[in-house]
Amino acid sequence: MELTPEEREMLAGEHGPATQKAMEILLALGTIYGAERMVPVASVQISGVSFDNLGEAGLEFLTEMAEGGGRVRALTTLNPAGMDIENWQALGIAPDFARNQERVLAAYARMGVVTTCSCTPYLFGNLPRFGEHIAWAESSAVCYANAVLGARTNREGGPSALAAALTGRTPAYGLHLDENRRPGLTVRVEADLGGTRDFGALGVAVGRAVEARPGKPIPYLRGVEAAGVDELKSFCASLATYGGLAMFHMEAITPESSLHAPPPATLTITRRGLDEAIRSLDSAEGEADFVSLGCPHLSLDEVRRLAERLAGRRVRKTFWITTSRPVKRLADEMGYTALIEAAGAVFAVDTCCVVAPIRGRFRTLVTDSAKACYYAASKNGFATRFLPFEDVIEEALR
Amino acid sequence: MILNGRKISPGAASGEALVTTMGISFYGGVDAETGRVVEKGHELEGQSVAGKVLVFPTGKGSTVGSYTLYRLKKAGLAPAAVVNAEAEPITAVGCIIAGIPCVDHVPIEELRSGMRLRVDGERGVVEAE
Repeated sequence: MELTPEEREMLAGEHGPATQKAMEILLALGTIYGAERMVPVASVQISGVSFDNLGEAGLEFLTEMAEGGGRVRALTTLNPAGMDIENWQALGIAPDFARNQERVLAAYARMGVVTTCSCTPYLFGNLPRFGEHIAWAESSAVCYANAVLGARTNREGGPSALAAALTGRTPAYGLHLDENRRPGLTVRVEADLGGTRDFGALGVAVGRAVEARPGKPIPYLRGVEAAGVDELKSFCASLATYGGLAMFHMEAITPESSLHAPPPATLTITRRGLDEAIRSLDSAEGEADFVSLGCPHLSLDEVRRLAERLAGRRVRKTFWITTSRPVKRLADEMGYTALIEAAGAVFAVDTCCVVAPIRGRFRTLVTDSAKACYYAASKNGFATRFLPFEDVIEEALR
Repeated sequence: MILNGRKISPGAASGEALVTTMGISFYGGVDAETGRVVEKGHELEGQSVAGKVLVFPTGKGSTVGSYTLYRLKKAGLAPAAVVNAEAEPITAVGCIIAGIPCVDHVPIEELRSGMRLRVDGERGVVEAE
């Protein structure tokens, strides 16, 4: 790989041991993937925040990087943590876990990271522009950044995202290059879609179909009439979870779709296909004991809709509302929080039902998120119900 | 015998080769407390990677495996060096954060368990003594 003089200085240790290690990581990845050079990154999103995923070794590594003088060179935000940082006790998090989680955040803060813990950084100020190179590590946000915003990122892991933050660079391979952003499969959507659950189900159907094809082609969706930010956020989470995809095009909706003609290879998804995807995740029998909205984290508009529906009513099940701290603060200002909490629902800010240590605490999750269904089953062993946003709220009230 | 490959993780180290034709998943496949391979049915099941020059085609499994290499190093149970046919990010990143030399693009079929190997991660060279 060809390095600039400054990149060579970093590699030689002239900017301290943490920056050196970071450049070693990027150089190794660039070598493995055949990158010719590094590109500057304007924004970073780091995964590996929940102590439940990091463990003691991960924490030790972060501490070593902070002590080694690591400082971010680009705007950097964090993925969800394993708990609500201000309100963990009320959510039943053990004090030992909380202490370790706080040490993780302290290490990131020492390196200059903005310690908002959320999977939707693009909703509150970490918003790259079209064509910008970035290094993001949250799979749903990666898909959103590439497809919906037209920024450019590979699916980074925790250490490689941190390395990009500390050097302000990432190796130019994969989705940073024009030729790897082209669609390889047309997906004709022959169904009326509405709401986060439908778009999540579409992500399941497309993701599973693409996963099964050699080379995992980038899908080019046609026939989707309209899609809002909340629906696209749901679709991205689902497509990344069920198809491992970091990119798609949606005709007349995503910015790069106009650069490409629909590929000849075609797959059709009908209402029946969507209903099958829904049924595959909506399998629980008997009474549900855990309801959650906010995977990915709720937008302010979703919190507003929730508050309006809950106003003056009373929930009868454990109901977690997961969102980012900035959105929660706005909800406080707007009076939404008061309405939601008066109804008995609980905010679990900075975290979510995917990364919080809740194995064994519940049997059945009710959600509008296909991604949450996947991890509820695989990580926590919960049965799942997969319902539209409004029906999830009604289920909590029943 | 001198085998030229690619440098993946810097540093140099020597040790006895432990060779497998199977991929290794550090997360779940190697016990970070004992340094032993625990993956059921693996050629190296039950053997310790500690202090060995670990030779395998490529890594596999969860990205959390990078941290397993780091934990092994902190516990003094890490391989002395790693040699791959084709390095992938989990092993590469794990070797770098743990400070384990790693070289790839080496014809690993020439290597046998028990050989004394020297791995030079600065030059990308594996030498059989």
